[in-house]
Amino acid sequence: MNWALTNYERLLDLVWQHTWISGSAIALGFALALPVGWAAYAMKSSPHGAVRQLSGVTVSLSSVLYTIPSLPLFVIMPTILGLGWLNPINVLIALVIYAFAIMVRGVVDALNAVPPSVLDSAAACGFSRGQRAISVTLPLAGPVMLAALRVVSVSTVSLLSIGALVGVSNLGSLFTNGFNRNFPTEILTGVVLTVALALVFDLLLVAAGRLLMPWNSVVSAGGSA
Amino acid sequence: MSLLEETVAWFSEPAQWSGATGIPWRLAQHIGYTALAVAAAALVAVPLGLYIGHTGRWRNLAVLSTGALRALPTLGLLTLLALQLGIGLSAPIIALAVLCVPPLLAGIYSGLEAVDPATVDAARAQGMTEAHVILRVELPLAMPLIIGGLRSAVLQVIATATVAAFIGVGGLGRYIIDGLAVSDTARVLGGAVVVVILALVIDALFAAAQRLSAHFADPATPTKERHA
Amino acid sequence: MIEFRSVGKRFADGTRAVSDFSLTVPSHTTTVLVGSSGCGKTTLLRSVNRMVDLTEGKILIDDDDIAARDPVQLRRSIGYVMQHAGLLPHRRVIDNVATVLRLNGVPKAAARQRAAQVLETVGLDASVHRKYPSQLSGGQQQRVGVARALANDPNILLMDEPFGAVDPIVRAELQQEMRRLQQDLKKTIVFVTHDIEEAFALGDQVVILREGGKVAQVGAPAEILARPADEFVARFIGLEHGRRQLRVRDENGRRIVVDEHGRPAGVLE
Repeated sequence: MNWALTNYERLLDLVWQHTWISGSAIALGFALALPVGWAAYAMKSSPHGAVRQLSGVTVSLSSVLYTIPSLPLFVIMPTILGLGWLNPINVLIALVIYAFAIMVRGVVDALNAVPPSVLDSAAACGFSRGQRAISVTLPLAGPVMLAALRVVSVSTVSLLSIGALVGVSNLGSLFTNGFNRNFPTEILTGVVLTVALALVFDLLLVAAGRLLMPWNSVVSAGGSA
Repeated sequence: MSLLEETVAWFSEPAQWSGATGIPWRLAQHIGYTALAVAAAALVAVPLGLYIGHTGRWRNLAVLSTGALRALPTLGLLTLLALQLGIGLSAPIIALAVLCVPPLLAGIYSGLEAVDPATVDAARAQGMTEAHVILRVELPLAMPLIIGGLRSAVLQVIATATVAAFIGVGGLGRYIIDGLAVSDTARVLGGAVVVVILALVIDALFAAAQRLSAHFADPATPTKERHA
Repeated sequence: MIEFRSVGKRFADGTRAVSDFSLTVPSHTTTVLVGSSGCGKTTLLRSVNRMVDLTEGKILIDDDDIAARDPVQLRRSIGYVMQHAGLLPHRRVIDNVATVLRLNGVPKAAARQRAAQVLETVGLDASVHRKYPSQLSGGQQQRVGVARALANDPNILLMDEPFGAVDPIVRAELQQEMRRLQQDLKKTIVFVTHDIEEAFALGDQVVILREGGKVAQVGAPAEILARPADEFVARFIGLEHGRRQLRVRDENGRRIVVDEHGRPAGVLE
């Protein structure tokens, strides 16, 4: 506790580093996955067999990305991007890849979970294609997308700490530093702060979900009769 | 020489293919750690998962702790345990095992839960004992999801075992950690490539196993439409 | 008036739902299409608002071919009620009812005001306005579905087994409500059901369909009952098993109506 207090300036800096890198990775991953996932979903009902296959290929390729272990990806990234070893953008982009990989499947699952009967009834009411996508499909896919985004958020915050091994400064630096100095308090502080940050992100997402999707948290009347 | 050429050159050095620092031995170590950790995790996850999936009890607890464990930074757990338990294999194996319990557990209980309750009910009505129900009905039907959980657990451990090189254990992560320490980029990239290939191969094997088990659980799998 | 002229539909996968179907639906009356599943009744209904596009023939609404109309605009001018109501789960009841008005460009406040009126017409008070569909009972949801279809005051109402998913007591209630509403509103209604009782209870004109959208008989319920066109119709409307051959029997001073097997069917007043 004393150690944390005397080093609060450094800790604050690491928390900030961790926040912006993981926060941007989550946001960018989601922003990229939404159109790609949507395209995969739309292709699935195409009359052309080849296009339908492309949809499946998109989803499988994105999940293969997720199987690449993190440390190797972190060290391959500088070579691919041609940036300096210590540039945080390397780790950021690697995390975007993971976020994207989980989220594409999440978006496709979310869109598939929208009840066809509701889409049908919206069309029958006279929603045009565009209107229906924006004001019916997207909001109704929201809850499942949010669930996937929460998984992305937690794992991104946790994965980033491995970036400390390649010298990118974040809360993970407390692990490498604490280990080298044989100082468990520093590591424990890092663990607590990382978990706390993941929790804060999660609470923010849940709160945003409540705000944007109020219908999702009401108690239903029960029974279908 | 470009980095690519350097990396290729690194692979072609004879030193990489024999001895205690060669790729075959490090690969064997890596797979060994993974197998050990997954086996240790299975000792906890299998009985617990079967219990939760079969009875439905403790489910919320399992969901909650699975989520919480996911937030736990792997490197933090590794370094902390290494300092507490000292150098040796016990710290990394325990850390790896702890991290792979959640996906394993989730695969088992959600697999059992996904079995149609009417099928289980029918099995019981025909006079099967609870053990019969688990072994002959629930487990075979849940197998695709269980293997799915095993798949993510194993991949998670392969990735984390690489990171574990930082606390001094062997395996393929050594190339990356040692290469980074002396700025030997070819070694770092070489090691990274081997780990990535290992992960992709294992993933492909599990994908095949999952398809196979899906076929066993339900021989009509390819024409799944009729269940809809 | 809606006219089906030699209408046919073959789906992309080659299955034929309907062929050479012709029918006139008079204005301000209820026409019920009734038949077993697979008879093409829903396809016929959905071709009126171009949710299904025909492969043969045409449909005229007040002498205009709907093929020339923009499908989206056409749908906004026709009320549609479906099984399970098909309400938008993420919108409050009041906004569900206001949906079509909003799509037609009515300002929000005016649309809600109108929606509240229509909800009252279908027997729902202000307490449901702020609720989400999942917070209502099945019968209430169905009423909201009817209100949504009526909100824009369309001339035509299409109803696809609207009461198919509610329990028998609620269904009878909703059917009665329908009759009352129709007396006041005089819409041109096309109603699809597989339940002959419902068809007789609601239809001014009943169309009994065989497989493939072929008309077995068209007529008022009484006509069909009195003179079934053939054995298929007779069986379909339940004449065969004697369920509709009723006799009167004296039971402790009251006149009880019984069927062929002596099972009580009602009381004669």
